[in-house]
Amino acid sequence: MPRKPRLAVFKFASCDGCQLSLLDCEDELLALAGELEISHFLEASSAVQDGPYDLSLVEGSITTPHDAARIREVRRQSRALVTIGACATAGGIQALRNFRDVREFTRIVYARPDYIETLERSTAIADHVPVDFELRGCPINKAQLLEVLVSFLRRKRPNIPSHSVCVECKRRGIVCLMVARGTACLGPVTHAGCGALCPSFHRGCYGCFGPAESVNTPALAERLEQLGVDRGHRLRLFRSFNANAPEFREESERHEQ
Amino acid sequence: MGVDATRTLEQAAVIDREGLALLLTGLRDDGYTLVGPTARDGAIVLDELDGIDDLPAGWTDRQEAASYRLERRDDDALFGYVVGPHSFKRYLHPPRVKLWQVRRRDDGMEFSRGGAAAPRYAFLGVRACDLAAMRVQDRVMIGQDARDPIYAERREGAFLISVHCTEARSTCFCASMGAGPVADAGFDLALTEVLGERDGEPRHEFVITAGTPRGQEALRRLPSRPAGARELEAARAGHERARGQMGRRLATEGVRALLRDNPESPQWDDVATRCLSCGNCTLVCPTCFCSTVEDTVDLKGEHAERWRSWDSCFTGEFSYIHGGVVRPSTRARYRQWLTHKLSTWFDQFGTSGCVGCGRCVTWCPVGIDLRAEVAAIRRRADADEPARATSSTPDAGSDA
Ligand code: SF4
Ligand code: SF4
Ligand code: SF4
Repeated sequence: MPRKPRLAVFKFASCDGCQLSLLDCEDELLALAGELEISHFLEASSAVQDGPYDLSLVEGSITTPHDAARIREVRRQSRALVTIGACATAGGIQALRNFRDVREFTRIVYARPDYIETLERSTAIADHVPVDFELRGCPINKAQLLEVLVSFLRRKRPNIPSHSVCVECKRRGIVCLMVARGTACLGPVTHAGCGALCPSFHRGCYGCFGPAESVNTPALAERLEQLGVDRGHRLRLFRSFNANAPEFREESERHEQ
Repeated sequence: MGVDATRTLEQAAVIDREGLALLLTGLRDDGYTLVGPTARDGAIVLDELDGIDDLPAGWTDRQEAASYRLERRDDDALFGYVVGPHSFKRYLHPPRVKLWQVRRRDDGMEFSRGGAAAPRYAFLGVRACDLAAMRVQDRVMIGQDARDPIYAERREGAFLISVHCTEARSTCFCASMGAGPVADAGFDLALTEVLGERDGEPRHEFVITAGTPRGQEALRRLPSRPAGARELEAARAGHERARGQMGRRLATEGVRALLRDNPESPQWDDVATRCLSCGNCTLVCPTCFCSTVEDTVDLKGEHAERWRSWDSCFTGEFSYIHGGVVRPSTRARYRQWLTHKLSTWFDQFGTSGCVGCGRCVTWCPVGIDLRAEVAAIRRRADADEPARATSSTPDAGSDA
C-alpha cells in the first residue's frame, strides 16, 4: 500500500476558527484520517512530527518578523501549500492596522509597548511565499475545505467557484435584499462560498469571502449611496475581514475623508 | 404571435373565487403539485401552494429599475401584480439537479440516475411573457438535435393556468416583444381577473377560457356560466389597461443587425463602468438556460456524483477554456449577454431570446435597463461614433 499523504496545519495571526472547521468535520474526520496522515495539527494534538509534509493548510496572516521567517520554512517543508480563511488570503480583520500607525495601537494597548515586535502591516501568506490554492472565507466553509482535501487526494481541480454571492442567492431563490428592501449588501462583489448565508436571514452580505473574480466596487458603492448608505458606513462595509484585499482596500480608501 | 384578446375570449366562461378554489383542489386531487404566486420575504415569489388561500390576496408590487416593493392593494385581487423575482424556469430547469451518481463495486462501477422522478406540476398564474419564455426554452431544450430529459419531463407533464395581465409596470415591455400582455395559446386554462360591482354588490370573478381538451375537461367540472358582454368588456378593459401601463418600448426593428454590426460600440465601455458582472440579469431571466456541471467525490473515492447548476455568462468560469478566460472583461460579458438575447439567439434558435418580462431590469442591483442600452447603441451607431481608439483589454475582438 502506498504511504498516506502527510497533512500539516499551521497557524499564524488568526482566531483559530478556520482550523476548527477541520475539527468540525466530525462525520468525515475518521475517513479523513484513513486517507491522510495528520502529522502536525496543534489544535488537535500536541504530538507533532517533523516535515516535509505533502499538504500544509495555513491559517492566519503575517504580522511579525518571526512569522515572516516561519512561513518561509513552512513553505520549504510543504509540497503543496493551501491557505485557509480571510487572514491567510487577505490579511484578516487585523489588517485594519494597515490603514493606521500600528505603533499608536501598541502604545494604547500594552503597558510595555517596547516589548512588542510587530510589523507595520498584516499581510496575506501569498505576499510572502508562493501559494498553491487560496480558500476564502471568515471563517471558511467546511464543505469547501473537504472539497479542497478530496481534490488534493484525487488530484483534481477543486470545485470552488469564484463568482458572486448573487449567483448563490438566485440559485436558492432568495429574494434580493438590495432590490426588494434597499438593504446594503456586498453580495454583487463578494466571492461565493457561504451559500448566501446572511441574505437567507435577511441580512446584507458582509463580504466574508472577499472580492469575487470580477468586481466593480465603485458602481456598487454608488448604488449604496443612492440607497442612503452614508460615507462612513460605505467605508466600513469594504473595510472589514477582507480590508486588505486589493479591490476592497482601494474602494474603502475612496470613501475616506 | 398575435395578442388578439377577442379571439382569446371566444367561448369564455365565468367562475367565481369558489370555482377557482375548486379548480385548484381538483388539480391537487388529480396528483398535480400546484405551484403559483405567494407573498413572502417582501416579494411575490413562486412556491408550492396548498390552495387558493396561499395566493397573495390584496397584495401588489411596485417595480422600477433596481427596485421592487410589495404593497397593499385597496381590493382583494388575487392576481393584482406582475412577474416577480422567480420564474417557472425554477421548476422546469431547476437551479441544481443531480444528473447521475456512480458507486465503486468489487466488480466495476455502478451508475444510476440522479434524482427521483419529477413531480407533475400544475402552474398557476403563468403570465403571457412566462408562456412565451417557455416556448423560447422549448426550442433550446427540446430541439431537433438535443433533448434535455429533465426539462422535457417537467414541461410535457405540466398543466398551465395562465393569467392575462390587467396591469403592467414600467419595467414591462412584452408588447414590444410580441409576447403579451394577453396569451393566445399554450395554456390549458387562462383567466382574466375581474373585480368590480354590479347592482351595488362587489364582484370578484374570473373570465376563463380553455386552450386544450384537458383544460376544457377541467373547466367542465367547475360551476360556471357563459361570459356575457359585460364581463368580456371588463376583461378587455383590463388587458388594455395593462397595455397602456407598459413602460418604454424596446425598439426591435433591426436590433438583430444592430448588435451584430456594433461589437465595438463605445456603449459597451460605458455600460461596463456601471455593470457589476454579478450575473443577476441572466439568473432571473426566464429564457437564459446556461448551466455548469460539477463532479463531487467522497473522501474514500468510492462514490461520485455529477450535478448541474445554473450558470451565467457573467462569470469568469463560464468562458474558461484551457489556458484562460475568453471573456475576462465586463465589457465582453455584457456584450455577450445582450447580443445573445437580441441577436445571436435568432441565429441559434430562430427567435428572440427576450420576451420583455422586465425581470432583468428590476433585479439588476444597479438598474441597468437593456432597453436604454439598445437605444444608446443605436444612437451611437446612427451618429457614427467611432469605436474606442485603443484596446486595453485582450477581448477587443468580436468574441461575443
Ligand atoms: S432579457 Fe430581461 S426582459 Fe428579456 S426575457 Fe430576459 S429577464 Fe425578461
Ligand atoms: S445570455 Fe448568457 S446566460 Fe443567458 S443564455 Fe445567453 S449565454 Fe447563457
Ligand atoms: S447588468 Fe445588472 S444584473 Fe446584469 S451583471 Fe450587470 S449589474 Fe449584474
